[in-house]
Amino acid sequence: MERLAQFENAVAAQPGSRQIDFAPGDTVKVATKIVEGDKERIQVFQGTVIRIRKNRARTTFTVRKTSYGVGVERIFPLHAPSVVSIETVMKGDVRRAKLYYLRDLKGKASRIRERRDDIRTEESAPAEPAE
Amino acid sequence: MAIRVLGTKLGMSQVFSETGERIPVTLVEAGPLTVVQVKTASKDGYDALQLGYGQRKTSFKSKPLQGHFKKAGVRPTRALRETRVTADEAGQYKPGDRITVDQVFSKGDRIDVMGTSKGRGFAGVMKRHNFRGKNATHGTHEAKRHGGSIGMHTEPGKVWKGQGMAGHYGAERVTVLDLEVVDVRPDENLLLIRGGVPGAPRSLVSIRTSVKSKKKAAKAG
Repeated sequence: MERLAQFENAVAAQPGSRQIDFAPGDTVKVATKIVEGDKERIQVFQGTVIRIRKNRARTTFTVRKTSYGVGVERIFPLHAPSVVSIETVMKGDVRRAKLYYLRDLKGKASRIRERRDDIRTEESAPAEPAE
Repeated sequence: MAIRVLGTKLGMSQVFSETGERIPVTLVEAGPLTVVQVKTASKDGYDALQLGYGQRKTSFKSKPLQGHFKKAGVRPTRALRETRVTADEAGQYKPGDRITVDQVFSKGDRIDVMGTSKGRGFAGVMKRHNFRGKNATHGTHEAKRHGGSIGMHTEPGKVWKGQGMAGHYGAERVTVLDLEVVDVRPDENLLLIRGGVPGAPRSLVSIRTSVKSKKKAAKAG
């Protein structure tokens, strides 16, 4: 068991490996490499992070967006080489770690307030997600 | 070299291939193995290597085994297994030699993995023989996980051999055939195997070149 943890922690500790610098509620742009035949291209998926599932080397996160009125969710492995970049577009102000309630909301109700750290006091600031 | 390698199942994880595919892998700490005895046709009637894996306190071993290890000049090991080799191969080794996993397997090899499956105790027919049980509704009572009838009538007047019934399940030797070696990491004695292997983490597994790939190779050439 210890050796397994060692192996998986080594993946996350590799130089250049990705760290989680976003939180549930954030709007992110995820660029993925897509291979079509012998051609490669980059596809960007922009949406709200509704879940981060921490599991050492197997960590994944789920991004949700509404595309032409249809809710679309994609699950990305954090350490997948096909994920080229993750860019945080907007920090979201949310009170939950898993935002499944967004699935039942649409339109104006599904908006997330932007987090403005500058006007928050120390006590009301949301705790950083535990490692 | 057709040596059987002993190892410890560590658990499952995943790696990514060059093409970006996610590959489920079982991590096995394989080897290093110590040659404890070289058996020869002239002395023992057949050529084989007796290999030891792991470490155990001397006091955990029986007196006869303590003597056996002492004679070979090696520290007592967790397990001892024989592997049949040709006379030429046997001549290359002497007691105390070490064999590491990268000497036996390389990336892309096909292997069979043997282990002891997780013990499930006294299990019912649904778990043990994949019976379907009975309806959860429609008036079923007290028989949701039962097997139903076990035979016919006066003719044949007995229960056929092989009729599936409840009983002890698991904790038995299981072989999984034709698995792929995803990676070999000799500096950590690690073997990455695609898919699952029998047993619980920390259990002993034995790995050989897959019999199917041997057959294929024999056919081809």
